[in-house]
Amino acid sequence: MSLSYIPNTDSDRTAMLQEIGVSSVRELFQDIPEKFRHVDIKLPPAMSEPELIEEIRHLAALNVNLDEYTCFLGAGSYRHFIPGVIGHLVSRSEFYTAYTPYQAEISQGTLQAMYDYQSLVCQLTGMEVSNAGLYDGSTAASEAALMACRITNRQKIAVLKTVNPGYIEVLGTYIKGHNTLLEKIEPQPRSLASDYSCLIVQQPNFFGYFEDLSSYVQVAHDIGALLIVIVDPISLGMFKPPGDYEADIVVAEGQPLGNPTNFGGPGLGIFACRREYFRQMPGRIVSRTTDMAGKTGYVLTLQTREQHIRRERATSNICTNESLVALAAAIYLTALGKTGLRHVAELCYHKAHYAASEINKIKGFRLVFGASFFKEFVVRCPIPPSTLNNILFAEKVIGGLDISHMIEGSTLLCVTEMNTKQQIDKLVDILRRL
Amino acid sequence: MRDNYMLPDISRKDRIGCNLPKLDVNPSKLPAEDLIRDELELPEISEAQLVRYFTSLSRYNYGVDTGFYPLGSCTMKYNPKWHEDVARLPGFTGIHPYQPVESVQGALQLMYELQEYLAEITGLKRTSLAPMAGAQGELANMLMVKAYLEARGEKKRRRILLPDSAHGTNPASAAMCQFEVHILRSDDEGNLSLESLDNLMNDEVAALVLTMPNTLGLFDPKIDKIVQLVHERGGLVCGDGANLNALLGQTTFGYLGFDCVQVNLHKTFSTPHGGGGPGSGPVCVNSILADFLPSPLVTKGDDNYTFSSPAQTIGSLGVFCGNFNVFIKAYAYIRSLGTDGLKEISENAVINANYIREKLKDYYHLPYDRICMHEVVFSGEKQKKKNVGTLDIAKRLIDYGFHPPTIYFPLIVDEAIMIEPTETESRETLDAFINAMIEIAKEVDEKPEFLHAAPYCAPSRRLNEAKAARNPDFRWEMSSQ
Repeated sequence: MSLSYIPNTDSDRTAMLQEIGVSSVRELFQDIPEKFRHVDIKLPPAMSEPELIEEIRHLAALNVNLDEYTCFLGAGSYRHFIPGVIGHLVSRSEFYTAYTPYQAEISQGTLQAMYDYQSLVCQLTGMEVSNAGLYDGSTAASEAALMACRITNRQKIAVLKTVNPGYIEVLGTYIKGHNTLLEKIEPQPRSLASDYSCLIVQQPNFFGYFEDLSSYVQVAHDIGALLIVIVDPISLGMFKPPGDYEADIVVAEGQPLGNPTNFGGPGLGIFACRREYFRQMPGRIVSRTTDMAGKTGYVLTLQTREQHIRRERATSNICTNESLVALAAAIYLTALGKTGLRHVAELCYHKAHYAASEINKIKGFRLVFGASFFKEFVVRCPIPPSTLNNILFAEKVIGGLDISHMIEGSTLLCVTEMNTKQQIDKLVDILRRL
Repeated sequence: MRDNYMLPDISRKDRIGCNLPKLDVNPSKLPAEDLIRDELELPEISEAQLVRYFTSLSRYNYGVDTGFYPLGSCTMKYNPKWHEDVARLPGFTGIHPYQPVESVQGALQLMYELQEYLAEITGLKRTSLAPMAGAQGELANMLMVKAYLEARGEKKRRRILLPDSAHGTNPASAAMCQFEVHILRSDDEGNLSLESLDNLMNDEVAALVLTMPNTLGLFDPKIDKIVQLVHERGGLVCGDGANLNALLGQTTFGYLGFDCVQVNLHKTFSTPHGGGGPGSGPVCVNSILADFLPSPLVTKGDDNYTFSSPAQTIGSLGVFCGNFNVFIKAYAYIRSLGTDGLKEISENAVINANYIREKLKDYYHLPYDRICMHEVVFSGEKQKKKNVGTLDIAKRLIDYGFHPPTIYFPLIVDEAIMIEPTETESRETLDAFINAMIEIAKEVDEKPEFLHAAPYCAPSRRLNEAKAARNPDFRWEMSSQ
């Protein structure tokens, strides 16, 4: 039987082999030494479309999805509302079946959308320049740290202990190849040794709370180091952007902007910086220009920073990034716009605070920190958080992240605009009944 | 003709593209005033306007669904539509990476099986799906090589050998681990020069990185000698699996003696490129490197699947488990083909490339006149003599309705034109492309100047890249209304 993915028929192949001047397909593979040709690859037998759809549906059904359960889990991957237009627009196959826009004249769609994305990221973060995106928030933070080392010609990186531990781990992987030192710093340092290239701060931090960015800017700039801020892009609908604090590089996980959690991937590494540093940026950058007829058009620019031109002297090895996810983020920011994004942020803020204050009233539960927070907060529980999560799960509620290895007996809860008052009350009710 | 408006041009105060619910709890006190943002200048656009804007942008794009996309080294094959459907099932898109493992067993099973399939297909022992793109897979390979050598106390090995035909990501990935890059020559046949390898392969070399088949689309028949020489002198052999499409079911990196390889799901395994991602670049390794794989791996227990971390892992490359949504499509692809189907893929890809080679070699210079694998590299040097560059030929192809091939790569071919048709193209499409290339060759003879201004029928005329580089414009600003 023919395969639907292959249009050529046996007679096509016979005719083509004849044109090529060989007698069999095997001859075309003659350069592979005979001794390597006897492969025995064990795969399940081929299946047709309907059979396989059934199989894969079965696998999907083995997972509990967040539409069926109530979710109070965040910690870097967030469930926010995704406007229906996004799915329809990113499903335009002219977008999703295209390659990286090397041939600008027939890639104006991707290029202009990336120019919009860069513009929207700059508006959101208060920064001057954005690239077209990196893999995810953690690799964006890592690339930012390496960029700071290049700019300052220093080999030490300071990261606050309140940064997402997953990000610190990825940073650790990225510097393994270099003679770079990564130091974890306690919050509120008065000063830093003068050989640090950068200070990395997360706002709000991993535990959901706001850091005093102005003091960190001061500490970093006092020694000529760069301040790198990791942000929650949704929080910027309501809270002051890092650009207002004179941050040098801003990175973020872009998934919350119009993309599902997808078991953690794909994400999107948002990366923006001050204009003076743009030649040191990793990744692709789109610029507006004109065509021969004088009309506006868009191209990939400053490619001399990139691996395919600069090779081992490139600013990064990144090639394929997360273009379609960035497109979704651009559509999201456009759909919600000025008032919508603020509204989403306010819903998160007030609902999270409602949940926190109700939970804090329950005997045995208390908020660990008194500081201001956005949509996540830490709760000390009277029973181990893992036990609590099992109890919640039985009631079709996915509880917070168990962080008892970091803060004794505590869970990191997340409330977004997707959580109704009814859901929050249900959570509170279960906790109260313990 | 294209419209030239930008988002700020259609933004008006009080428009919105999506309505959200009102607050259903009592508002809480706001934090200190200095934390609150005063200005958030984002566009204000209604839903219909937004849909028209992005729909019109999509029409200025060219995808595999639009037409033939023979972009060499990128494997722009057709992406089956139903793969997109299954990847959008809420049981996949709507799961959180930190959910209890018992509640994501379907996802873990899919990942586990994909790990196994890729290990089978590459003939290697173990797979990590963690790398989020091919280049990150290359980085993982370099980090594993480094960690392996360090664990053996081999501190002297600081060099990576690469052929002069290597992808740009190879030296860039090596440099990210502060390896010194040394370049090996290719010989007159387009193979690696054994003499060059013999000269450079010493006890300071950590590894040789090879794309198989190479970026000229050629399989090096001396591969066993190459691998043997590197191994004998204590180096590792890393594969760049960008061109795996040519080898599917024919031979494996494991049989050939490679220690590791990264595979690009968005090339060989038909997951769409998305205009530049998301991709996925799993790494497959033999037993000596298995303990160094990036985290996490999926392990099969007696009655469930769990995440695990190899004993001496290089660490994690992202916070979660890689580009999960891409895995689903690659899984669907492999399961719909099976072993025999995979073999048909490579056979048809190789037939298609050789067909183009044969039909165009009288019109364009073929620097390596021998049977090729999944792609063929011509040189535009004949046309260059008439003052028409490969860039002009590429742009003219757009007028004929085709996406141009990869151009000016590999670097060792002057005016390179690198054509990869893939197996998903019919003979009729190939014939139409071949005719267009022949027509263009005639145009070069008859009216060379005409090609300098191509394309004529695209959404844009030729774009001024120099202007963009000199005076880059990275963003719009919201005009004050």
